[in-house]
Amino acid sequence: MDQSATAGAGHHAPQSFLRKHVFSLDHKVIGKQYLDLALVAVLTGMVLSWFMRFHLAFPNAAVPVLGALAPKSAAGGIMTPEMYLALMTMHGTIMVFFVLTTAPFAGFGNYVLPIQVGAEDMAFPRFNMMSFWVTCVAFLVLLAAFFVPDGPPIAGWTAYAPLSAVGIDAGPGMGLGMTLWGVSIAIFCVGQLLGSLNFIATTLDLRTKGMSLMRMPFSTWAWFITSVIGLIAFSVLLPACILLVLDRVGGTSFFIPAGLVISDKLQPHSGGSPMLWQHLFWFFGHPEVYIAILPGFGIVSHILPAFARKPLLGPKVLIACMFAIGGLSYTVWGHHMFLSGMNPVSATLFSVPTLIITIPATVTTLLWIGTVYGARLRFTTAALFCLGFVSVFVSGGISGFFLAQPSIDTYLHGTYFVVGHFHFVMGVAAMFGIFAGTYFWFPKMYGRMMNETIGKWHFFLTFVGVYCIFMPMHYLGLAGNVRRYSAFTDDYMLASQPLHVFITYAALFTGAVQVLFLFNLVWSRFKGPVAPVNPWEATSLEWTIPSPPPHNNFGDVHPVVYHGPNEYGMKGSTGDYVMQNSPEKLETT
Amino acid sequence: MGKLFGFLLAVITVVSAAFIVTKHWWLPADISVLGSGIDRQLEETMLASGILFVVSQLVLALFVFQYGDKKDDRPIKIFPGGVTPMVVGAVALVTVEVAVLSLVGTKVWANIFLTPAPANAIKVDVQAEQFAFYFRYAGPDGKFGGIHPELIDPGSGNFFGLDPANDTAARDDIVSGGLTIPVGQPIALTMHAKDVGHAFYVPDLRIQQDFVPGLSIPLNFTATKIGKKEIVCTQLCGLGHYNMRAYVDVVSQADYEAWLKAQAAQ
Amino acid sequence: MEAVRSAPPSIPSRTGVWVGIAAITMSFAAYTSALLVRQSAAPDWQHFQLPPVLYWNTVLLLASSGTLELARRRVARDGDAAALRSGLMLLWLTLGMGLLFVAGQVVAWRDLMAQGLFLATGPSTSFFYVFTVLHALHLLGGVVALGVANRRVQAGAGVRALSALGSASLYWHFMGALWVYLLLVLTIKM
Repeated sequence: MDQSATAGAGHHAPQSFLRKHVFSLDHKVIGKQYLDLALVAVLTGMVLSWFMRFHLAFPNAAVPVLGALAPKSAAGGIMTPEMYLALMTMHGTIMVFFVLTTAPFAGFGNYVLPIQVGAEDMAFPRFNMMSFWVTCVAFLVLLAAFFVPDGPPIAGWTAYAPLSAVGIDAGPGMGLGMTLWGVSIAIFCVGQLLGSLNFIATTLDLRTKGMSLMRMPFSTWAWFITSVIGLIAFSVLLPACILLVLDRVGGTSFFIPAGLVISDKLQPHSGGSPMLWQHLFWFFGHPEVYIAILPGFGIVSHILPAFARKPLLGPKVLIACMFAIGGLSYTVWGHHMFLSGMNPVSATLFSVPTLIITIPATVTTLLWIGTVYGARLRFTTAALFCLGFVSVFVSGGISGFFLAQPSIDTYLHGTYFVVGHFHFVMGVAAMFGIFAGTYFWFPKMYGRMMNETIGKWHFFLTFVGVYCIFMPMHYLGLAGNVRRYSAFTDDYMLASQPLHVFITYAALFTGAVQVLFLFNLVWSRFKGPVAPVNPWEATSLEWTIPSPPPHNNFGDVHPVVYHGPNEYGMKGSTGDYVMQNSPEKLETT
Repeated sequence: MGKLFGFLLAVITVVSAAFIVTKHWWLPADISVLGSGIDRQLEETMLASGILFVVSQLVLALFVFQYGDKKDDRPIKIFPGGVTPMVVGAVALVTVEVAVLSLVGTKVWANIFLTPAPANAIKVDVQAEQFAFYFRYAGPDGKFGGIHPELIDPGSGNFFGLDPANDTAARDDIVSGGLTIPVGQPIALTMHAKDVGHAFYVPDLRIQQDFVPGLSIPLNFTATKIGKKEIVCTQLCGLGHYNMRAYVDVVSQADYEAWLKAQAAQ
Repeated sequence: MEAVRSAPPSIPSRTGVWVGIAAITMSFAAYTSALLVRQSAAPDWQHFQLPPVLYWNTVLLLASSGTLELARRRVARDGDAAALRSGLMLLWLTLGMGLLFVAGQVVAWRDLMAQGLFLATGPSTSFFYVFTVLHALHLLGGVVALGVANRRVQAGAGVRALSALGSASLYWHFMGALWVYLLLVLTIKM
């Protein structure tokens, strides 16, 4: 099929500054824009967490910076409980949406996927550009909540109704701030749907000659499956947010029942169902966490073989597992709602698939560990983050095993055990996937190598640091320490305070270590040694084109693919590997 | 690098596991009838997943330690047996573990949430609001008065919105800021929220349940030891969420009856 | 090893429309389940008469799918200038009918508002407005897409133009099918 007749392919290289760097149609620029957005978001979210952690460890200590930034909410430098909750809400919202859904998927996926399938660009470059700018607008609308008179919302990133639906009576920040949250996330959904559109169409329709589905790199598979999950998930979150905003400003009662007395006022709503919000939200919310982690699965599965110099063990099994996880992700949402008041029989119905998801997750972990067995490991920073990913994913996955059982969740729900669990899988494992991707693809994106020495310091200090932050949270949970508290004043929680102090020191330390990463990112862009075409001796198509690639990726020649991406550890013309576009035959050993 | 990774991971694994094995930070003593089911489930899961955690992390650490590229001619090695035995083994092991835990766990869950309270259970109506819990006993007539949100007046202590003037059942209702109960007696709570979502959590009793505005949700338990324990809110409900608590005071039968008499006299 | 002949890819724009259809279907499924849950959550569901203009609008929209298909076949006839001309007219007629549908929906909304049935009046009216307004907005998107395709066909019925027309038509028919479904839900539930 003549690809030039199809939408999207074949646009000319832009000339003007705006067209090249701002309103670019080039998937590579858009990918980098998403990564830059995620970088701004993660720094914002991280700083918010420092203030939160400091307050938890030293609730009576003044923080002068805080007093200056927020004279009303942090008079004398000590934050009010509502400010803590506002920071917590914004931290969660920013991290989940604007970091974990952008960088691993829209960021790296946009940049790398078209190249990996041998295409010139995504299927719909204009929609692609729109998806980025829509996401940007969503981010700005969210940040605006910091600047409205009453401040940001305090309902958590989960925004449970009726707290989130009734308006200003519910508390500070629950007026305009909460509405901005709803509007921002609705806009974000639209951006993500436009993105999913591109990923799916590009993967299905723009693969180059010889690039059968089974020859696609694992990262491409992961982005493809993620985009399908996202398509369905965000299509449900968007209605949820619209209904929420209508309850807030349109006088409807989708989520607000009758007879509520809030701030001494009888609320004028009736008949709505708070449980409905939870169902709609978690129907999105659970697949969302797989949207956050699956690209990491793909990235690690793609990178690890290159640095192990041997093929990934069980490539077809890996792909099947990713499909299984994607499919099962839609059957488990009620495990966030075991104690929500829904029919207790449903708890068992949701618990069983939740436990079954353990199977593909365990299998993929074994595939990675099995790949490391007998390898010839090259310990680049990217490789170390892949190995670290496996470790933290095991840690986070195992704590999930407890929460998946309703009887145990009766005790652990709402405690720091949950916070430790989701931070390990999302805040650490997914982040490690992003780090691995950065150290791996930076040479391709910027034409320069990152500094490996600084990278290794970054890895080892971060690896120890994250364990010091998040492993103790499981102990706190076992002791019944409740989450989303701005201070721990209950008798039985006082004994845990030293552990909170330890966690805070670890968090501040690990946060400081990230300066190494930032410095490396910026310095290497300008001063890093020039990168060759294939510094890692990897097999996939992105390593056949210049670093950085030309506007239409492959020049005027469409690549032809002869092999899958897993041909490592054999005699090839270029070394112990065979590139996907190499016509040489594989020697059977 | 590989050796450093392997060493660090091994240390992290051992230290993490040590705090669990020594139960350095652990659940408070269980003072409920049904709590032992939860504790057993937790211990069994901890054992299975603890072994899995330690083994997989140490194996990863060992492999990374061992299999660095030593720039020699050593060929790569494929995992013994390849992928099939590993996958089959993993699927079988996890399936068995999941099946066992599910079967046993479902019984534990059903005992707590799907078993109605016995007929002699003491009924207490619980209201959660920003930022307190209030408890209502039916009084000598054994009947609860109706709730009228428009009559709620915290200033005069009418937290529930009772209408004693027109509602005879409401006249002898006892309202308290704490949950006083006799030891060894089944308690049947009915939980509703005045404003937003809240939750009720008593770690020592191993009970937890959300309050959902618009719904009346049952929660049953029996306390086995005398003592005063905290009830804390675990569902984000606003700025006072961290400070929202009450106490469950488990007392002897005699003390309970005396307390009831004293409350009724007020 | 030979370069395997990969499976012939479908046209991206067609894939794109199917993906869009999946997303929109999913979102209306979410709204439908919200309706079902909300209706059973409280006894305050007020039934009301659907404005009769809705039925006329339905006929109009379904007819426009008919004119669209007729138009497509005509403009695709290679070398037949007369067919191209009449086909183009039918294309613009279709677009007009779409706009007329939206105007008819506005009449329906005003009809309801005249009866005192607004967005916040009750859960049934809330869902009525949510369903019909969102459908109309999505249909307007289809009007834009069809307009773009029409302009391309006007400039010359080449492969790209016909492909765009095909995608716009698929979406247009979906909007009709979606409306029939929504009307069914509204009729049964309101």
